[in-house]
Amino acid sequence: MLNFLLRRRGRSRLHWTDWASYAYLLLGLLVMFGPVLWLVMSSFKTESALSQFPPTFLPYSQKTAMVAGHEQPLPLFTVKDEQGRSRELAQVRRIGIVATMVDPKQPDTEIRVGINERKPVNELKFASGNYTELFGKFAFGTYLWNSVFITVVATLITLLINSMAAFALSKYQFTGQKTVFVMIIATLMIPPTIILVPAFLVVSGMGLLNNLWGVILPAVATPTGVFLLRQYMLTIPDELLEAARMDNASEWRIYWKIVLPLAAPAMAVLAIFSFMWRWNDFLWPLIVLSKSEHFTLQLALNSFQGELNTQWHYLLAMTVITLVPITIVFTFLQKYIATGIAGAGVK
Amino acid sequence: MSVISSALGFCFNLFEPVFRLGQKWLGGSRIGWLFVVPNLLVISVFSFLPIAVNLVYAVTGGVNLLPTERPFTGADNFSILLQCRDYTDLQTCRTDIFWRAIFNTVKFSLAQVALMLFFSLVTALVLNRKIIGRGFWRGVFFYPVLLSPVVVALIWKWLLQSQGVFNAGLVAMGSQPMEWLLDSSWAFFWVVVVSIWAHMGFYTLILLAGLQAIPRDVYEAAEMDAAKPFRVLSRITLPLLMPNLIVVLVLVMIRAVQTFDEVFVLTGGGPGSATTFIVQYIYQTGFAEQIHLYGLAAAASLMLAIGLMALTLAQLRLSKAGEAGKTRK
Repeated sequence: MLNFLLRRRGRSRLHWTDWASYAYLLLGLLVMFGPVLWLVMSSFKTESALSQFPPTFLPYSQKTAMVAGHEQPLPLFTVKDEQGRSRELAQVRRIGIVATMVDPKQPDTEIRVGINERKPVNELKFASGNYTELFGKFAFGTYLWNSVFITVVATLITLLINSMAAFALSKYQFTGQKTVFVMIIATLMIPPTIILVPAFLVVSGMGLLNNLWGVILPAVATPTGVFLLRQYMLTIPDELLEAARMDNASEWRIYWKIVLPLAAPAMAVLAIFSFMWRWNDFLWPLIVLSKSEHFTLQLALNSFQGELNTQWHYLLAMTVITLVPITIVFTFLQKYIATGIAGAGVK
Repeated sequence: MSVISSALGFCFNLFEPVFRLGQKWLGGSRIGWLFVVPNLLVISVFSFLPIAVNLVYAVTGGVNLLPTERPFTGADNFSILLQCRDYTDLQTCRTDIFWRAIFNTVKFSLAQVALMLFFSLVTALVLNRKIIGRGFWRGVFFYPVLLSPVVVALIWKWLLQSQGVFNAGLVAMGSQPMEWLLDSSWAFFWVVVVSIWAHMGFYTLILLAGLQAIPRDVYEAAEMDAAKPFRVLSRITLPLLMPNLIVVLVLVMIRAVQTFDEVFVLTGGGPGSATTFIVQYIYQTGFAEQIHLYGLAAAASLMLAIGLMALTLAQLRLSKAGEAGKTRK
């Protein structure tokens, strides 16, 4: 089987550079995916399992058992007795270096064991508690909703107004058209980081501080989007538009019913990018949204990790939920993204 | 499905009359203005207007957000940022953290550019070989590019925390665990590593596109001449890839100078000010400190803008020189 996979045209044996290439790729796989996988695995560990050192890759947690006479389930340990036989005992309490334990089958006889003579019984268990408790413990649903709302609405508006501009710039000849195009492209040179203060003033002047629209509106006119769509629409033949005009179609109808459907592939690329920009956006929302009820997932993550006693078990679960949509996009739409980047240098 | 189509229909009917009216008024191809108006409105209000207002902020002081309420202070903000008693010693500067931020940003950008170019070039070269499952491998390197900066930072924070996997490795090898992010040099090191991890795939993709655009027959000719692989790389591949390499170089530079999110979440700029970069300085001065010093933040933004402009001009020069070099051959 391996032989078949590695068989190549021309040369029969793999050159050493081929081995080196595959070694590099495997290392890349470990370095690029390893950290993410580690995070995902960790998010299924219980709080106590997370505090164990050294950490394990798989989510092990200590087995517990219900013992008659105790309300809480007790942690199980294996203990070797004098005859060298090992028994599974449940720990009732621990004082200093001595633990008081019971046999779950004989709950009445307590046994005292030094804490170095017992070993915890671990089992592989994917704890989903970190995820389910998120919704009850924090306003997690609100953060999720805010993120989804911003992403969806901003992407829709971006698609609409960028495609309108691209349509005008590719299908009409009007005075000032070139100036408009240059103006739109020139905003590429104005990264948001250099106009933070005045943009903040504009948004606050419009009363949009602590308002999701204050995050959505400033970045809906993306120069890359207009450029990408314009290049694509230039390839749509003008004869189609002329034919529609003969039939007395309005210009809006031509744009909506003819050009937009034909530009669907380019629209898809822009939609994917807009989705990623918005979902991952951080600095601008950080400035505009200061009340926690307006937080997006990214802001919530940031504020939780900054707290003194970081509750890593919740934080990990929240991080995983945040990266799921992007991972789905990546899995199914990777090809479009690659086209967008190679074609227009979009990011 | 029917919900979507009826929503689309609603949207269509909403704008149709407006454009019918516009057509009557403007007539002919001037209707194009109506299509670009929304876009123009947004960029005027949120990009061009702020640029102008930024200048006002940079030359006024006080803590008021409204430009009309701010006293004119001339070049004060700039002298507060830039003045030092002794320019060989950053401690004597009026705003030593600003200088430190510039210094850190330059150091970070240089490290980024060198390492990013190296790793993305090597990866692109490997991916361009005849390998099994190229799409999969390309995806492997590209995946982190899509992750949000906050998620990236948290992933690494989790690996680097005191009971994390790196410390487990250290202990397994018999040394003491470290507080990676509480040591200045290590924190800086990890900030560089994490940025490269997160963005390398993007530049790899650009370089890969460049490599795939190199015509095959050039290589066939080289094979005829029995050229050594290293010679093929240095005499054919790299010169033909030069335009893409320049694009990557400048993009890395421009983005490195503006680094904020990942570093802010990973280290918060610390320990001390070891990983405080220029954008974080702007954010802190203008928004995070108790007193919001908008003037200082705007002045710092202006200097950042000048730096970015210089980089862009350098790019134009470089790519022009590259073109000229190509035609001469």
